Amino acid sequence: MADLAVNICGIDSPNPFWLASAPPTNTGDQVARAFDAGWGGAVWKTIGEPIENTWSRYSSVDLDGHRMMGLNNIELITDRPLETNLAEIEAVKSRYPDNALIVSLMVESTREAWQRIVRQAEDAGADGVELNFGCPHGMSERGMGSAIGQVPEYCRDIVGYAKEVATKPVFVKLTPNIADIVQPARAAKAGGADAISLINTINSITGIDLDTFAPRPTVAGQSSHGGYCGPAVKPIALHMVSAIARDADAGTVPISGIGGIATWREAAEFILLGATTVQVCTAVMHWGYRIVEGMIDGLSGYLDAKGMASVNELRGRSVDRLQKWENLDLNYVIKAHIDQEACIGCGLCYIACNDGAHQAIGAERHGDRTRVWIKEDACVGCNLCSLVCPVHNCITMEEQETDHESLTWVDYSAGKGTLEPRPKHGVTITAE
Amino acid sequence: MTTVVKPSLTPRPRLTPSAAFAEAHRCLMCWDAPCIRACPTAIDIPGFIKRIAYQDDRGAARVILEANLLGDSCAHVCPTSVLCEGACVLNDVDGRPVPIGRLQAYATSPVVQGGVQLFTPAPATGKKVALVGGGPAGLACAAELTLRGHEAVVFDAAAEAGGLNTRGVADYKQPRSAALTEIAWLQDLGVAIRHNTVVGEDVTFTELLDGFDALFFGAGLGAIPVLGIPGETLPGVEDALQLIEAVKSGATPSDAFAGKRVIVLGGGNTAIDAARLAVRLGAARTVVVYRRGPDEMPAYHHEVAEARREGVAFSFWSAPHSVVGDGKVEAMRCRRTEPGAPGADGRPAVVTSDEPPFDVAAAVVLRATGQATRQSLLAELPDVATDGRGRVIVDDEQRTSQPGIWAGGDCVNGGKEVVNAVAEGMAAARSIDEELRR
Ligand SMILES: Cc1cc2nc3c(=O)[nH]c(=O)nc-3n(C[C@H](O)[C@H](O)[C@H](O)COP(=O)(O)OP(=O)(O)OC[C@H]3O[C@@H](n4cnc5c(N)ncnc54)[C@H](O)[C@@H]3O)c2cc1C
Ligand SMILES: Cc1cc2nc3c(=O)[nH]c(=O)nc-3n(C[C@H](O)[C@H](O)[C@H](O)COP(=O)(O)O)c2cc1C
Ligand code: SF4
Ligand code: SF4
Ligand code: SF4
Repeated sequence: MADLAVNICGIDSPNPFWLASAPPTNTGDQVARAFDAGWGGAVWKTIGEPIENTWSRYSSVDLDGHRMMGLNNIELITDRPLETNLAEIEAVKSRYPDNALIVSLMVESTREAWQRIVRQAEDAGADGVELNFGCPHGMSERGMGSAIGQVPEYCRDIVGYAKEVATKPVFVKLTPNIADIVQPARAAKAGGADAISLINTINSITGIDLDTFAPRPTVAGQSSHGGYCGPAVKPIALHMVSAIARDADAGTVPISGIGGIATWREAAEFILLGATTVQVCTAVMHWGYRIVEGMIDGLSGYLDAKGMASVNELRGRSVDRLQKWENLDLNYVIKAHIDQEACIGCGLCYIACNDGAHQAIGAERHGDRTRVWIKEDACVGCNLCSLVCPVHNCITMEEQETDHESLTWVDYSAGKGTLEPRPKHGVTITAE
Repeated sequence: MTTVVKPSLTPRPRLTPSAAFAEAHRCLMCWDAPCIRACPTAIDIPGFIKRIAYQDDRGAARVILEANLLGDSCAHVCPTSVLCEGACVLNDVDGRPVPIGRLQAYATSPVVQGGVQLFTPAPATGKKVALVGGGPAGLACAAELTLRGHEAVVFDAAAEAGGLNTRGVADYKQPRSAALTEIAWLQDLGVAIRHNTVVGEDVTFTELLDGFDALFFGAGLGAIPVLGIPGETLPGVEDALQLIEAVKSGATPSDAFAGKRVIVLGGGNTAIDAARLAVRLGAARTVVVYRRGPDEMPAYHHEVAEARREGVAFSFWSAPHSVVGDGKVEAMRCRRTEPGAPGADGRPAVVTSDEPPFDVAAAVVLRATGQATRQSLLAELPDVATDGRGRVIVDDEQRTSQPGIWAGGDCVNGGKEVVNAVAEGMAAARSIDEELRR
């Protein structure tokens, strides 16, 4: 069995699976049960000044019958008294010395307020703190959360306040509601951040009740934009993690990856793009703490299969596989191939290519079935048909022999090399 | 020895909204979908299923009913496993086709059984069409004509319309009451029905041809002919169709065969339905006697399998010789048969063996050997040509050889399904409409 233990900026964790600061880490009882279930670490639900929540506070997006593809919330930070949280943090840490316990913090933007709360968290026994610069709703109206994360200078300054008193590592949690995630990441590093957590939630409105016209989640007929998370946001999160990992400056800071992780597979993807630990919220809100068992088994089985003794060997392995587009090979030619034995004749590849791509698939009735075939000379190898085909491995994209050396846009636009001939679009339309 | 299952007495319940939603999302929305091609009325199946998936249930019902105005009956009585569901591509994925029939019922029942009208007839054309027979063919034709603005008047011999869909279909598929509610929905649409009116007796074809602009013939098939064997008039020998009708209407009690041994003669779907009904009526033992083998049975294999599961036994390669009994049925005397050379239809001919006959004890013998065509009625329409088996000959628009007369349903196809009768009735309506607007 591969070793899943990790160390992030000095903090040991038995595995990379952490709970994100959110309802699953609301209370000591919950965090204790999560550690019992196997979670390596937890980031306590953000503590700060007292707040009150609305009652109705979550809404979601379903896709084709799958519940909660995306989850949206208008919840604020913890609504429990500070003393209660601190006492429970202390109790949990003393009962679970080997698990990583980070405390998420959010207070008004003064040196005093931040330093007071950092000390309180550390006194309670936290292994580290996480500065919440990410919450995009409610708190941001009060000048906190994403209102900080969106202004790199504020990020830098507040991390600086925390670092002046902190004796344990300081994580900074970034908001994705920004054009270039690298800017606040660099600012956090400049302020002295020991690790970066991302992403927090994305500004969203999940939908509207078509009978009452009230957006969701509905609070007495009204709503407010919320923060979006869950499986739908994973691609955005992966991109942002990779952008930081690839940055020469910010890329040296350890990353705790968050956003749409539900199984070991997404966790592995974040780790491949540079994350040291991963944090989970929505999937636990959906399925409970027990999902970590499958995550642990899945990841260690995967590492075993890859011949890796430790999860550390996996980290960052895909970072260099991301390039600027202009460096990609224009002479890498692939074409779709249909396994006629596996094909069930649904015709989806045909209609997708015909209406949505390059008119490179033929279809005809063959007895009571539909038969489809690839028009090799028209296929641009865009992958679309293989994406819509409902049968596993029925359409594969096959690399083709080419006559010319690989060629990037950089070289091609500089007049170098020879481009492989491109397929022509299928049908020519005239004015008549 | 297979375990006998308790036969179901009622139709499958309507899918719950969550189940319908989940099943609807399994549909791939095939291009040139094979399920549509397998539906005689060519319902846009992925179209209606995706409407269910996108929570437009009324839209789903509209798509179904536009193609098939008896879509609610069909949803319950169609042999879907040999039609749409049999063609579903998901059979090739995991053997679990989309449950098209149940999804169809999910959409149509609240509309049709709930008396919700979705359609408004076109402006009146002033044309009148007479329909002979108010079974599925006649009703579908009449309803489509009504929607196209014509006055459609259905003449039916019976006190209740619907033909075999009302009187013949097994109750565990669709009860009589549901068929009648559907007819009320069609009447609400504007279809006029003259009940208890036998064409040829209470009104003549000449009167109809004179008083109407077109005529649709959809009188179905007739009774099951007697076999002409000794003992056939003994009490206890019954026409399976009459029994089915009497049970459905409540005239025959639901425990009529309690403790009795029942024999069913025939190998078609009516024989299987009759045998399964006998089980439900409490029969101690039910044996289907058929003069050919299991592979030659015209009945659907899935229905035969269900009958076996319910405890029905089969005596193949057995031909009725006579009914034995003293004042009432005591046994069915049969002779062994064997396959001979293949006949014109490709099936082996039946050769009666020389072995002495054998008796199967029985108190009831049900004749289910196939319905006769309506020869005497058709004789009143001498210009309407029929084939060698007495079926009305039509072209691809359901026109008979006599101008002004269209036909469809069992009287044309020799006895298929409700959905075929509907398809033919609606095709005839489109052709009549075109003709009347010329
Ligand atoms: C026992 C049994 C079970 C069946 N089960 C199924 C099933 O589960 N699913 C399925 O799809 N199909 C089933 N069928 C077949 C289906 O019922 C028929 O194919 C369908 O009803 C044919 O419709 P039709 O309109 O052509 O004829 P019919 O349904 O036979 O209707 C003919 C109508 O014409 C009327 N009529 C006849 N003569 C005259 C006259 N002279 N004047 C006025 N009216 C007249 C009759 O009263 C009747 O209402 C079953 C058939 C039988 C016999
Ligand atoms: C393959 C692909 C190519 C696209 N190309 C363009 C483009 O050239 N110009 C543009 O403005 N948007 C482009 N878009 C974005 C779409 O117009 C649209 O804004 C986006 O897909 C979001 O809409 P949707 O997810 O609802 O389809 C493209 C999207 C896809 C999927
Ligand atoms: S890869 Fe793209 S162009 Fe080629 S057949 Fe598939 S959809 Fe068409
Ligand atoms: S999408 Fe796949 S299964 Fe469907 S027709 Fe195309 S190749 Fe066959
Ligand atoms: S064949 Fe099956 S999957 Fe395809 S459209 Fe029809 S019901 Fe849907």
